[in-house]
Amino acid sequence: MSRTRRQIYEDKLRRRSLLIAGASSLAVFAAVIILVPLAPGWEKVAKSFFNWSVFQRTFPGLIEAFLQNIMIFAWSAPMIAILGLIIALMRDVRSPVLFPLRIFGAAYTDIFRGLPVILTVYLIGFGIPGLGLPRPWNSPYIWGTVALVLTYSAYVAEIFRGGIDSVHTSQRAAAQSLGLSERDTMRYVILPQAIRRVIPAQMNMLIALQKDVALLSFIGPVEIFRQAGVFKSLMANFTPYVGAAMIFLAVTIPATRYADYLMSRQAKERS
Amino acid sequence: MKLSLRGVVKEFGSNRVCDGISLDVAEGQMVCLIGASGGGKSTLLRCINLLEPIEDGEIFLDGEDISVPGLDPAPVRRRIGMVFQSYNLFPHMTAEENAMLAPRRVRGMSSEALRPEITALFERFGLADRMGHYPDQLSGGQQQRVAIVRALAMRPEVMLFDEITSALDPQLVGEVLDVLRLLKDDGMTMVLATHEMNFAREAADKVCFLANGKIIEEGSPSQIFGAPEQPETKAFLARALK
Amino acid sequence: MKTLLLTTVLTFAAGAALAGGHACYEGKTLTEGKLTVATGNPAYYPWVMDDNPASGMGFEAAVAYAVAEEMGIAADDVTWVRTSFDEAIQPGAKNFDVNMQQYSITAEREEMVDFSSPYYSAAMAVLAVGDATSTPAELSALKELKWGAVGSTTAVPKLIETIAPTSQPLLYGDNADVTAAMQAGQIDAALFDLPTALFLSAVMIEGSKIIGQFPAASSETPDQFGMLMEEGSALKECVDAALASLTESGKLAEIEAQWLQDTTGVPLIAE
Repeated sequence: MSRTRRQIYEDKLRRRSLLIAGASSLAVFAAVIILVPLAPGWEKVAKSFFNWSVFQRTFPGLIEAFLQNIMIFAWSAPMIAILGLIIALMRDVRSPVLFPLRIFGAAYTDIFRGLPVILTVYLIGFGIPGLGLPRPWNSPYIWGTVALVLTYSAYVAEIFRGGIDSVHTSQRAAAQSLGLSERDTMRYVILPQAIRRVIPAQMNMLIALQKDVALLSFIGPVEIFRQAGVFKSLMANFTPYVGAAMIFLAVTIPATRYADYLMSRQAKERS
Repeated sequence: MKLSLRGVVKEFGSNRVCDGISLDVAEGQMVCLIGASGGGKSTLLRCINLLEPIEDGEIFLDGEDISVPGLDPAPVRRRIGMVFQSYNLFPHMTAEENAMLAPRRVRGMSSEALRPEITALFERFGLADRMGHYPDQLSGGQQQRVAIVRALAMRPEVMLFDEITSALDPQLVGEVLDVLRLLKDDGMTMVLATHEMNFAREAADKVCFLANGKIIEEGSPSQIFGAPEQPETKAFLARALK
Repeated sequence: MKTLLLTTVLTFAAGAALAGGHACYEGKTLTEGKLTVATGNPAYYPWVMDDNPASGMGFEAAVAYAVAEEMGIAADDVTWVRTSFDEAIQPGAKNFDVNMQQYSITAEREEMVDFSSPYYSAAMAVLAVGDATSTPAELSALKELKWGAVGSTTAVPKLIETIAPTSQPLLYGDNADVTAAMQAGQIDAALFDLPTALFLSAVMIEGSKIIGQFPAASSETPDQFGMLMEEGSALKECVDAALASLTESGKLAEIEAQWLQDTTGVPLIAE
């Protein structure tokens, strides 16, 4: 199979750009590896942040603590999705009788998107159990999760609502002209299209949630961030934080790549 | 009368889109609404289907007032099918699922029970091999025919068609108009908003010319196209038939 | 007049120290002729009174001035800065000569920073709240409690290794958060150094009680507070010498008696 003139030209271009990209990355990498250690404080920084023996001693403990993050994430995410959808639907109700629901939905999203997550975690995590709930109902796991769910469902609701709004009104008209109820119109016509459209955006929320689970450490649970802090204090060494960062990246980078892939695929579909 | 409109008024803000329209459609009649875009044809159809609440006037279906404020529109809409200019098929469903959704939900029938009836409709309109296709795998003409099948699957008593050939390539218009002829032969009561003057002249039982939210002139096709009385009608037809 | 007199006396004393060849610190402090001492932000009772270390009131403030005097540095030449624990251990130039924040001396920490010889041997005490206040001071009973501690302190290894609670302890960022968790009923008991526990029990947490202590002396790895210095600090020998002579003269014990409550009467925990 002979190649056209254009294909040959493009191949040449591609080879050259690969070469340039490769060489420049290598140069930057080499510069970092060679120059940074020449800095006067490098030896101390290396001992404090990249201490192999500390890393070896703490990494298994960090992995174990990370299981807590995964657990909290795993039970929070479905609740966030469900509550987010409910709030989004509340904000979309058209019946005047249900107007208070719309107000509630709007106030809800305004409040919980307006508060820093850590503040919500503190206020709910210590505040509600302080009212005198008996154990185990005052557990920081429960109320920390509640705080995450409240905050994240507000963001997720807004994304769902954007998806619902992005479905053209003619779809609603078509469904209603067939005699479908408001409910069925939403459930069978609007939502399936809306949800499909917002999946990449919601993936990004999941990645953000996965990181914010660490905020629960402030009210007691010993997840990876707190565990790294304990190791840091005991050994007066920051290497456990580097270990924790590596564990986070191992999860979030593939997830971010996947979300980007979904996003670009969707952009292609729509064009 | 199958369908009667009495003094229907519809406003969007201060803009009066339907300005006291009265119209009678007998059982099995095909009524064509003609006129320039923005004359109120589409809005009138949407009002009949209760997609737009009306400010004043009444709409009767089989003598029953369906324009009472607060009336649940869904049962009325099940009796009045509507097809749109831009097809408005549900993109996440196959042609068959598009046609089955409303009967399943509203008539409470299972897909299996519905299948013979739905398949027959698809076959009748030459779409038997397209049932499993998604809308974006179909041509404009096919999509519009699927939209008609979808409306017919609810066994409506009246069908409303809102400029259903306007978005189609010229060579695809014919296949959609053929469907309308078939329906007329079946005795379906139909109201069309259309720019297809030749089709209106050939197939309509009654033609209404709308401008500025009013019916300026109505009559048989030969009256309207052959001997229009109002100067606006004459001017419009002169432009439209050029 | 009194101030003038005091200044004169101090100047004389410093001069005498210099003349006596005791100016060990010369050329070893951040600012020539001055001693820069770091404390917490805020600094807590009974270590520093009213968050005002320059007053010399409070145990650590008083020790700082005594050590300075012993080294031949006038009180006016002692300056105070505030640091967090992380700032204290980060690599690079420090903004203090010595850092006093009840830092426990551990072998692991000593790999990264220097500690003076201990200026206080702290007993670890169990502060309990609610029904747990009637728990007997026995390990077997203490195991069953729901535990909390400040994550950056040596209370954590003590808790995990000695008490080994049956349910996982909750860890917090500072004393205030542990207090909040106790008040919310999320934990039954927490481990603090005894002076801190006495303060929290008397002032901060209503209905709390110190139910036992692990005596510093009898413990295999006693919890001893040292002044934290940059690793390889030249000043260490001067500070150690000053602390040694303060111990010998009984001055250190005097300061302790003045600022730290009598800790007798708190039952010892039975193994």
